[in-house]
Amino acid sequence: MEKLFKLFAQLSASFVFVILVATVIVLYITAKPAIEEFGAHFIIEPRWGVEVTQNKPTDRTPAGATANSGTTKSAVSDHTSTTDNSTADTNSSDNTIDDSMDTPMDDSMDNEFGSDENIPMDDDTDTGQANLPDTAGKNTKILYGGAIPIIGTLFSTLIAMLFAIPVSMGIAVFLSEIANQHVARPIGVAIELLAAIPSIIYGMWALFYFGPFLASIFGGHSVSLLIAGLVLGIMVIPFMAALSRDAINTTPDVLKESAYAMGATKFEVIKDIIFPYARAGIIGSIIVSLGRAMGETMAVAFVIGGVFKFAHKLTDPTTSIPVVLANNFAESSGISMNALFYLSLILFVVSFITIFSAKYFFLRRH
Amino acid sequence: MKNKMEINHFSFTYKGAKAPSLNNITLPVQTHKVTSIIGPSGCGKSTLLRSMNRIHDLYPGNTYEGEILLLDKDGNQQNILDIKKENEFIHLRQKVGMVFQKPTPFPMSIFDNIAYGLKLTGLKNKHKLYDYVEKSLRDVALWEEVKNRLYDDARGLSGGQQQRLCIARVIALKPEVILFDEPTSALDPLSTLAIEEMIFELKQNYTITIVTHNMQQASRISDYTAFMYLGDLIEFDHTETIFIRPKEKQTEDYITGKFG
Ligand SMILES: Nc1ncnc2c1ncn2[C@@H]1O[C@H](COP(=O)(O)OP(=O)(O)OP(=O)(O)O)[C@@H](O)[C@H]1O
Ligand SMILES: [Mg+2]
Repeated sequence: MEKLFKLFAQLSASFVFVILVATVIVLYITAKPAIEEFGAHFIIEPRWGVEVTQNKPTDRTPAGATANSGTTKSAVSDHTSTTDNSTADTNSSDNTIDDSMDTPMDDSMDNEFGSDENIPMDDDTDTGQANLPDTAGKNTKILYGGAIPIIGTLFSTLIAMLFAIPVSMGIAVFLSEIANQHVARPIGVAIELLAAIPSIIYGMWALFYFGPFLASIFGGHSVSLLIAGLVLGIMVIPFMAALSRDAINTTPDVLKESAYAMGATKFEVIKDIIFPYARAGIIGSIIVSLGRAMGETMAVAFVIGGVFKFAHKLTDPTTSIPVVLANNFAESSGISMNALFYLSLILFVVSFITIFSAKYFFLRRH
Repeated sequence: MKNKMEINHFSFTYKGAKAPSLNNITLPVQTHKVTSIIGPSGCGKSTLLRSMNRIHDLYPGNTYEGEILLLDKDGNQQNILDIKKENEFIHLRQKVGMVFQKPTPFPMSIFDNIAYGLKLTGLKNKHKLYDYVEKSLRDVALWEEVKNRLYDDARGLSGGQQQRLCIARVIALKPEVILFDEPTSALDPLSTLAIEEMIFELKQNYTITIVTHNMQQASRISDYTAFMYLGDLIEFDHTETIFIRPKEKQTEDYITGKFG
């Protein structure tokens, strides 16, 4: 019996590992053509699905794939690319863009969540390109780059965390240390209920009420990076608050009593005793929420805008990795599909790195 | 000389409890003496001790009557049950320190554990803090063991060391009264002995009240002993009297191990 149990435990542990490795391998293999094609430049390349003329004809590009991906889906993104040499100033200095040099003065676009009408700012490319994809065939290739969704993901998560961490800590401390039982109980239950709401509902709510409401305060669009970040924040708050409250509740009463017995005030006890004591649990709750926010698709898809543009202001729409994946998978094949997998591999690696560095930095002393 | 603390006709009922846990307790605590409280489990020793620095008041809803007087430096007696404001509570707890049954090191370094209370009183000077920390650690005979690891997490110490740390933490604040609630019940005989010796030393400068289950301990270190049973104070006298010629039958039975 004991052996069986041991075996079972080992099996389940290795199962997790197998899944992890298998996922990475599949992601990598599917992403490989795109990795070979675009290399590390993918990460800083802001254009997505844009046809560019090359100096040297490439032999590698599978013609069929480029052709159809070019026709169907570059419609979403190619125009946007024209506006995005702005990237150069925000993140890196990769100005290899040969067409269009217009400035990023484009808050005027009226796109709704991920649909395909942008205002074509540019003159030549956008119309021509989409309609006759493979006339230029030999000399052009379609470029895919992940800079915009990567930045969008990082920033929406950052906004979410900046908003969610203080609020959640406030709730957790209130529930465990300040409120009396009669108040803490129902609020605790309410928070657990909130945590069970599917994210798509947050997305819909935000699209119809929260987004317009915020837009009326801060100005700008009713879909934007800011709103996406805040919705993500709202979405993870119940999680973070409930988990942190549980962590805080593990602080033994005698420990708090000894601090009070030395003349500490409630605030000092919370700051010096409870938070350090519950640190591992609180950071764990933050990390779990961080992972959730980073990979969240539905809530964000509704409110981030889904356009391939850098957000110059918080109130500008942009896009994030999961949203790009969800919006484009259906119509992708060949190299564009590979590019999507490349993007998801990046998401995977970024989450991995974030979570591990968070663990390393904050939990190192234990 | 007036008593450092005087508990007069004190009754205490926990929130929601039907019967009081302490009935009409009257107990003097003499200055610079060790007073021990003994009695079977559940008789209300901890409840009484915890009333003496009002730590009960962290949990609302308990009721009490009577008075507990604390003598201040000018010779005035203050009824600590009248205290209502937070800063007065803080003041009281800095004068009446408490050591708990289980060691409760704070989640910080050894140094900070001791400096913590001092910092709360507003002391910031690094050198002074260090001096106080060293002095308190020497007082509890812990200095030699930890002087090379002052900045390590206090939770890495052994149980006995942690308990001595907790005592050092309390005496660093220079309280006037120290309350011990079974301070050695989780410790090995050697650590127990070390702490007993320390308490014996401490009574030169502090007034001490100690709850203990260990009868020998009470007879070894205390000057006065109170015997409690089911929320009543049965007998209070000099320790020798209690252990050699108790007046009450119940006390005698308990001390000779006939019940409890
Ligand atoms: N928080 C509480 N709420 C209600 N009743 C309590 C509470 N704490 C203790 N009591 C009751 O008060 C009585 C006295 O408890 P107390 O802890 O003072 O006993 P004690 O003498 O310290 O016992 P021990 O030697 O086991 O520590 C007991 O009957 C106990 O059940
Ligand atoms: Mg007790």
